[in-house]
Amino acid sequence: MSTNAAIDLALDRVDWRDLAAQTEEQPRVYTPGEVLMPEAGFMRGHGTFVEDENIKSSVAGVIQKVNKLISVRPLKSRYVGEIGDVVVARVSEVQQKRWRVDTNSRLDSILLLSSVNLPGGELRRRSAEDEQMMRRYLDEGDLISAEVQNIFEEGSLSLYTRSLKYGKLSQGILVKVFPALVKRRKMHFHNLPCGASVILGNNGYIWISPTKGQEEEGGEGGFAQNLNEHVPRADREVIARLRNSILALAKCKLMIYDTSIQYAYEESLRYEAHELLQQNAIYDIGQQTQARLRDADE
Amino acid sequence: MSGKYDLLSEQGLRLDGRRPHELRRIKCKLGVFEQPDGSAYMEQGNTKVLAAVYGPHQAKGNQTESVINCQYSQATFSTAERKNRPRGDRKSLEFKLYLQQALSAAIKSELYPRSQIDIYVEVLQDDGANYAVALNAATLALIDAGICLNEFIVACTASLSKSNIPLTDISQFEEVSGGPKLTVAALPTAEKIAFLEMSERFHIDHLETVIETAMAGCREIRDILEAAVKEHLLHMGSASDFAKVG
Repeated sequence: MSTNAAIDLALDRVDWRDLAAQTEEQPRVYTPGEVLMPEAGFMRGHGTFVEDENIKSSVAGVIQKVNKLISVRPLKSRYVGEIGDVVVARVSEVQQKRWRVDTNSRLDSILLLSSVNLPGGELRRRSAEDEQMMRRYLDEGDLISAEVQNIFEEGSLSLYTRSLKYGKLSQGILVKVFPALVKRRKMHFHNLPCGASVILGNNGYIWISPTKGQEEEGGEGGFAQNLNEHVPRADREVIARLRNSILALAKCKLMIYDTSIQYAYEESLRYEAHELLQQNAIYDIGQQTQARLRDADE
Repeated sequence: MSGKYDLLSEQGLRLDGRRPHELRRIKCKLGVFEQPDGSAYMEQGNTKVLAAVYGPHQAKGNQTESVINCQYSQATFSTAERKNRPRGDRKSLEFKLYLQQALSAAIKSELYPRSQIDIYVEVLQDDGANYAVALNAATLALIDAGICLNEFIVACTASLSKSNIPLTDISQFEEVSGGPKLTVAALPTAEKIAFLEMSERFHIDHLETVIETAMAGCREIRDILEAAVKEHLLHMGSASDFAKVG
């Protein structure tokens, strides 16, 4: 009978800081209140403030200079939206003519009824009948993939589903990581060669689902949920292994994008899926993935 | 003052072997939890404190200002006598308001309208200066969460010995021995005091000296916390080569 639990003693603790050991140059790290540079000739960006004719840092992070714009990027924070970002979000409330959506940002985001695709891509004005059907489209607790359309003045985001590729999410697994760990790329919808699809939301929500067949591509935009469809066990194991690999990357503070996920998945094949929850396996996957990424970078 | 146990020996050493201006050993760690947006653990001597920060997230109700919500709690096993009520008693409510007042001075609230920042502080072991260590741990947790601060807000305690020599960072025994206890929460770089609390009596001529002693302790603690934050950030960012790898 195999053991069901793994309890690590303190002396067996994995030293996560070894992952940071082999680095040649380290940038300067600034802490809140530290003077970045004098105010004259520079513009203040995010993470900074001006005091006594100096630009000072207000978060702990690394300085970024773009011409005359000085900003500090924290290594961990809530999601700050940008127009065009792909996000995975959870519906928290159905209001009149709109949904309130949780995107791991400072305020709840808004998904207007006029911003959602109608079933089948039908193009017409929304009517009172559509308002009454809102809860049948998206109920509380549903997951959607959407794009950031606009950022309101007080900081909340307005989402929209630009095409039938977005919309309600059906069968799959949601993984939450810190938004700073998801690399900012053009493509956020990936069909991985191991047989699963991944949506890398910029807000740190990652959706893993079985890959749809070709005939289902560009289908209903999520309005026809395939909950009756049985996912084969092999696909479910791939998805579970992917989830554990992504969490291993997040635990080791490595960037998450299609290449690193693929490398982590390949490194995880020597373990069973449930063994990936143990610290030594997580560390090993992180270390091997980091080495492969650095090799590919050179 | 008569009847007060002398906290300082003739050779100028305290009961635990420190000199009057020396702090207890500080050990701190950021990012101890994965679920909160920011978390920190801090030991100062035998006082052990855990802090967690959630937010900024949507505030309930229709308020237009940002809300800082603090919760202070002491574990039932944190003191020599078992506490029946870890939170909700008068002392923890008082500490909650004190934490809120001090952290409001450091957090740039104008950047977070209609948002709420929840800060939870739990004292695991009580060996004096609970409020100071709780505030220091909360500051580390806020920095871990990436919340904009004016600068570090740190707290330190000070006391006065029988021979009127100021002491820094008093322990539990020194607190209960009847000496005065002064707690200062300060923004050390700006030389501003965000919170000041005092118990017991001493002559006003010594007040400035004791406050300056506490401020010196705050500056020293700030340097220790800053070193810990920088080390944590270098380890966090170096794993992915500060987002350059790949």
